[in-house]
Amino acid sequence: MLTRNKLGLGMLTAVLALTSTELFAAWDLNMMEGITEISRETYRLHMLIFGICVIIGLGVYGVLLYSLIKFRKSKGAVASSFHHNTKLEVVWTVIPFVILIGMAIPSTRVLTQIYDASESEIDILVTGYQWRWQYQYLSDEGEDVSFFSNLTTPDEQIYNLAEKGENYLLEVDEPLVIPVNTKVRFLLTSADVIHSWWVPEFAVKKDAIPGFVNESWVIAEQPGIYRGQCTELCGQDHGFMPVVVRVVEQDEYDAWFSEKQAAAAAIAELANQDFTLEQLVEQGQTVYNTYCSACHQPNGQGLPPAFPALTGSPIATGAIADHANVVLNGVPGTAMPAFRNQLNPVDIAAVITFERNALGNSVGDMITPVEILQLLQAQ
Amino acid sequence: MKSLVAKLGLTVVGMFGFGFALVPLYDVFCEWTGLNGKTGGRVEYSAEQQIVKERLVTVQFTASNNGGMSWEFEPMVHQVQVHPGELTEIRYFARNPGATRMVGQAVPSVSPMRGADYLRKTECFCFTQQVLEAGEEIEMPVFFYIDPALPADVSKLTLSYTLFDVSKNFVNEGAAVTAN
Amino acid sequence: MAHDIAHGHDDHHHGPAKGITRWLYTTNHKDIGSMYLWFSFAMFLLGGAFALVIRAELFQPGLQFVEPNFFNQMTTMHGLVMVFGAVMPAFVGLANWMVPLMIGAPDMALPRMNNWSFWILPFAFAMLASTLLMESGAPNFGWTFYAPLSTTYAPASVTFFIFAVHIMGASSIMGSINIIATIINMRAPGMTLMKMPLFVWTWLITAYLLIAVMPVLAGVVTMMLFDIHFGTSFFSAAGGGDPVLFQHVFWFFGHPEVYIMILPAFGVVSEIIPTFSRKKLFGYDSMVYATSSIAFLSFIVWAHHMFTTGMPLAGELFFMYSTMLIAVPTGVKVFNWITTMFKGSLTFETPMLFSIAFVVLFTMGGFTGLMLAIAPADFQYHDTYFVVAHFHYVLVPGAVFSIMAAVYYWLPKWTGHMYDETLGKLHFWLSFVGINILFFPQHFLGLAGMPRRIPDYALQFADFNMISSIGAFIFGFSQLLFLFIVVKTVIGGKKATAQVWDNPEGLEWTVDSPAPYHTFSTPPLVK
Repeated sequence: MLTRNKLGLGMLTAVLALTSTELFAAWDLNMMEGITEISRETYRLHMLIFGICVIIGLGVYGVLLYSLIKFRKSKGAVASSFHHNTKLEVVWTVIPFVILIGMAIPSTRVLTQIYDASESEIDILVTGYQWRWQYQYLSDEGEDVSFFSNLTTPDEQIYNLAEKGENYLLEVDEPLVIPVNTKVRFLLTSADVIHSWWVPEFAVKKDAIPGFVNESWVIAEQPGIYRGQCTELCGQDHGFMPVVVRVVEQDEYDAWFSEKQAAAAAIAELANQDFTLEQLVEQGQTVYNTYCSACHQPNGQGLPPAFPALTGSPIATGAIADHANVVLNGVPGTAMPAFRNQLNPVDIAAVITFERNALGNSVGDMITPVEILQLLQAQ
Repeated sequence: MKSLVAKLGLTVVGMFGFGFALVPLYDVFCEWTGLNGKTGGRVEYSAEQQIVKERLVTVQFTASNNGGMSWEFEPMVHQVQVHPGELTEIRYFARNPGATRMVGQAVPSVSPMRGADYLRKTECFCFTQQVLEAGEEIEMPVFFYIDPALPADVSKLTLSYTLFDVSKNFVNEGAAVTAN
Repeated sequence: MAHDIAHGHDDHHHGPAKGITRWLYTTNHKDIGSMYLWFSFAMFLLGGAFALVIRAELFQPGLQFVEPNFFNQMTTMHGLVMVFGAVMPAFVGLANWMVPLMIGAPDMALPRMNNWSFWILPFAFAMLASTLLMESGAPNFGWTFYAPLSTTYAPASVTFFIFAVHIMGASSIMGSINIIATIINMRAPGMTLMKMPLFVWTWLITAYLLIAVMPVLAGVVTMMLFDIHFGTSFFSAAGGGDPVLFQHVFWFFGHPEVYIMILPAFGVVSEIIPTFSRKKLFGYDSMVYATSSIAFLSFIVWAHHMFTTGMPLAGELFFMYSTMLIAVPTGVKVFNWITTMFKGSLTFETPMLFSIAFVVLFTMGGFTGLMLAIAPADFQYHDTYFVVAHFHYVLVPGAVFSIMAAVYYWLPKWTGHMYDETLGKLHFWLSFVGINILFFPQHFLGLAGMPRRIPDYALQFADFNMISSIGAFIFGFSQLLFLFIVVKTVIGGKKATAQVWDNPEGLEWTVDSPAPYHTFSTPPLVK
């Protein structure tokens, strides 16, 4: 099969000057070959089918062009009267059919390969949220490493107030980390609407569907950072939930993994420390920008009626316990999620304190991480 | 011509009905093919169930909350190894931390999908809606066995539950509504 | 396009009524055809305006003009208005005008229903467009409205969207019943099925497709309505439903819908190419069979839109193979058109230019369609700009070019005047160049990894997006020239003969230009 693919590829390069490698690199004209066996197979398949299409196209357009030039009335062409030729018609029905069979065989082979997710060494549950991804590493002991991956491109860049960075819209606070040359299986689901998780270099694209679990897998062969995006329209910020995967060597992965485990413990510790109102407001600003401002807007004015304003709102300026209850448990039947499952106690305390003392509000009170912990346990 | 128009009109009505008929057809089709990873409903465990001692299948458990669901929800064991045919019990934990009574519905899904048909549940909390008072917690059992006919190349099954808040659609107390 | 009845012919006692009532109460197929065409052109401009908002926002990275939520409303409304408001009514308008003339019938079989199926359309689109002014904003879930984004997470205006779709569906269904009844019952003596012009054939098959799938669309939006307002769970996993079921039902409608928009285009081109090649259409019989097989295949390929939803392997393979098969009858059609031109005596009037461009560019859309059919490769193409490029190549230089070709081709028959050939050619070249600048770079964008339906994009996509937007503005504003040409032709111009072109085939060329208000009151005899 390889030789045939190469043949198609070779012919193609001969026909189209466009296919020179440098041009591809400079202008991103073609699908990427990627860094997995599957992605290369997919690329080859793509080039094969493309090559066949180009060859057929040259034939078809050639005859058309010839007719357009040769059989002009202005050049004195006289129309002949044939309008039927059974033999010809049978030929051009059968030949495409045979070509299609030729295409179906390698396609079936690659597809079968893609569908074999067995014998994975690491399983990761990927959950789509409006509008972020959550990664949970599954193991015998449970999901001890679990985190959200949020877009970090600042609003100033998006609204053209600052120069756009190199990885504009393709950068996150915490990328997914996987080891090189290891079979990693992804289980994909969603907490709200349908999302789709795509990393072009892996040739992995799979829908994340609420209530159902899909699976896919990868064996990444080269360390590096690989970037993709959500590819199923999932609402307002569909264009702002990138997928970033860091592929690292095994020992680096192990180190990272234990560090993540330790960090989870440290958060629990941190929650017991004392915070001042200023500290909480400062940290709350970051949390707010990541988790809240898409709906409630950076200035707290919201987008009524779907997303109420926080500035001067009865909740953000009323009893702090009620405010905490809304943030922790969400508002059923609305877009307001329950953040107790998404944020740690420090972040929750910080964002509540921020909302009460910024965005045009100045209630003056604060809630500590310890109080949040107590609420979490008491409720 | 009248009869032609009448026939065409009937076709329209028929196709409208067909659109709705696709719903049960799809369910039948899914059951047939294991499409969409839905597991079947309750089955009885027969005492004569053959147990394949020489084969071990890993079964993973995961839990997800749908967006608006505030309950704590997690499997109490994350992974077990079972012999096909052997009846196994595991439990999920749930707690309603909110200030009001809520109703939850768990929806199961199995990966790989073609394994869905072979994971047989004799009892599952997903067969009924769960009502939890404010602050109430519960351990919810699942009894299952793996059909020994599970294709040989499947060595690991993942049973995932997504918990939905259905307090609004709660039919009535005590009346169990099966989700699948 | 409505002609003035004043310059006399011998049928004075049955002239049209005067003033607005002529249009409100008319049962005349030519009047209704004209109204459909004008309406669809208005929708084409509206949908085009939405498209230009999209392309303006995408001209550069960053958010410049609109907020992401409004952007989503634009993509949704653009799709809905173009599919249901521009392309479909335009073809129904052409069918109204031409089917009776081509088969030698005095009018449509059910003229009063004809009036009704047109007049409910403006209400449907007024209702749909009014959602833009609502507090919740217009539908923002894409023209494919996947659940649960379009149910649980939809803006309040979704209910208006559902009723608008119901009305559009009713209109299409009534229109199709009418067309089938006309073609089956009202052909002139001697006009056997296999003597019918291809435009009539393709419309007959299209009408059957419409009757089969529009009710399914009505069904799916009704299920949405129930899920949203009556607590059912067709598409919600919480109550035992399945969001993927929505996609299956939607695409069971949606894929035939794609052919509904392209089969009449095949018919139009099959009329025009022989006329300007001065040669009979090559392979008439195989054209009919190819159209029928495409229609049949359209029912068993729908899930190729859903390769990434995680269907089982067997399902993916089935839908991949059946989709690839469509290339065979489609290829036959393209070969037939080209062979019709081969050894012909070609001239290049505007309708012919649009038809040749149709063959070239539709074929390109066909090639990318074949690539998309390959399931493993589709994992890389799916929901990227490669798909956007593919279906726009099929729908714009495909369906829309064929409609423009048809308008230029039959405009002299409708108005009695020749259009301005120079302006027509200018319109063609602007459109042709514009459309390729607009959509060709989108292939590259998709392959390089740009997802569709995003209001902002990473920096490596900037160059091609800018080029694409420039093309969009060229193409968009060229259509004002089209409007000018048509209005100019309606008002005046060189008198057209009955034949208009050089010995064209078909009964429509045996009546005067402009076609009298009533034609074929006594049926012609077809040998």
